[in-house]
Amino acid sequence: MSSFFQWKIFLQDTGGGQTYLQWLISAWGWTLAVSFCSWAIAIIVGVFIGIIRTLPNKFLLFIGNTWTEVFRNIPLIIQIFIWYHVIPSIFLSLRQVPPFILVVIALGFFTSARISELVKAGMESLSKGQLQAGLALGLTRSQTYRYILLPLAFRIIIPPLTSESMNIIKNSSVAFAVSISELTMFALQAGEETSRNIEIFFATTFLYFVSAFAVNRLALYIENRLKLPGAIGGAR
Amino acid sequence: MIEIKNVSKWYGDFQVLNDCTSSINKGEVVVVCGPSGSGKSTLIKTVNALETIQKGEIIVNGTSLTDPATNLSKLRSTVGMVFQNFELFPHLNVTENLILAQMKVLNRTQNEALSRGLKMLERVGLKDHKNKFPGQLSGGQQQRVAIARALSMDPIIMLFDEPTSALDPEMVGEVLDVIVKLAKEGMTMMCVTHEMGFAKNVSHRVIFMDEGKIVEDTKTDEFFGDLGARTPRAKDFLSKIIRH
Ligand SMILES: Nc1ncnc2c1ncn2[C@@H]1O[C@H](COP(=O)(O)OP(=O)(O)OP(=O)(O)O)[C@@H](O)[C@H]1O
Ligand SMILES: [Mg+2]
Repeated sequence: MSSFFQWKIFLQDTGGGQTYLQWLISAWGWTLAVSFCSWAIAIIVGVFIGIIRTLPNKFLLFIGNTWTEVFRNIPLIIQIFIWYHVIPSIFLSLRQVPPFILVVIALGFFTSARISELVKAGMESLSKGQLQAGLALGLTRSQTYRYILLPLAFRIIIPPLTSESMNIIKNSSVAFAVSISELTMFALQAGEETSRNIEIFFATTFLYFVSAFAVNRLALYIENRLKLPGAIGGAR
Repeated sequence: MIEIKNVSKWYGDFQVLNDCTSSINKGEVVVVCGPSGSGKSTLIKTVNALETIQKGEIIVNGTSLTDPATNLSKLRSTVGMVFQNFELFPHLNVTENLILAQMKVLNRTQNEALSRGLKMLERVGLKDHKNKFPGQLSGGQQQRVAIARALSMDPIIMLFDEPTSALDPEMVGEVLDVIVKLAKEGMTMMCVTHEMGFAKNVSHRVIFMDEGKIVEDTKTDEFFGDLGARTPRAKDFLSKIIRH
């Protein structure tokens, strides 16, 4: 084994004043940074768009549906290129915006469309009686959403929301297309420089796996904490 | 206290309520009955504006529901409603179910809300269950908590939409007992129900609906007393109900 895997490669200098291990760690940091920032945008925008798609207002419904269809139906890589190449050539002032921001917006909006679908489906799966019960007590619609419907919908959509959160980590690899030095970029470049694709890709894959797995465990923990007593499979 | 004047409502082309007129006085117990699909639930939900109406007017305690200036949330907080399927909030325990709207709508402090809520819980005989979640209670217990939740808001009237029809037979009694006690204490109420025994013993008036119309609006004694004087639809309905 030890002769097959040459892990020493990671202690070798890249020629740029750091070892491959340091580069790998920094690339992992970029992957996590892109993923986390995109995720934050996706949650905020996705929940907002999902909510307006459940309100009795035709205009808001139209906006929400359009947003969802547009960002869901264009391939992610194309959306990244649009943000990177097309939009700055139309709005010249955007030329100064760093690629990191553009990638985060692109991946965030792309995922927001998927999260809006989850939120809408989660809200629709609740019985209409819960909304009526809240309103009948004198709660306003927004209070009913905040204290009753959204907490219930959130519990329902935790599993698919977990998948989306894991997908964001995997999808963040497209950031290499606009020269962000994240894990995929590292794998391609370091693999070429060292000709040790086995070790490089092994390490890269491992870090993707660890990241997604950690998200999964965290989500499971949250899901268990929020289980309702007396519900099927719930806490007692 | 409640006036329903020439109310009509449509779902698209389908007319659910057809020129309904009635009124309910303070302390009165009115039972609404009629065949399935006749518009009973719709009518009772128009009284707290959970259903909008296209024609007519509804006045609750001097306030018109159709007036765009009316604060519907505030008005609804004075009208208690109990649903067929209980509709307790499953992620909140019994106590939290009782105090949420008191605090958010009536701006009561947590202590005020708790003392009021627990008093109502005691009234429905469930004080020992205050820390349970809805999923840990039987249907009958859930419905009694729902009644306590509505009462905690100090409503001027209670609306019941088939409060016992989702219950197993052995639990119907415990819920009806609570409602009967409320009625005897003078609570104004409007109750959709097929429990004719309850209607006979407790209500002052019976509204019989068919195909969106109020076909009969009669004193209870009369409604059950003289079957010969009933409209054919009501007679038909009563004979079916009594036979079952
Ligand atoms: N949202 C809706 N859209 C269209 N039609 C509806 C809607 N809600 C109710 N209806 C129709 O309106 C009619 C009256 O309904 P409602 O629920 O008031 O009847 P009900 O007398 O309460 O019946 P039940 O005894 O079965 O509860 C029914 O024919 C029903 O199909
Ligand atoms: Mg009904």
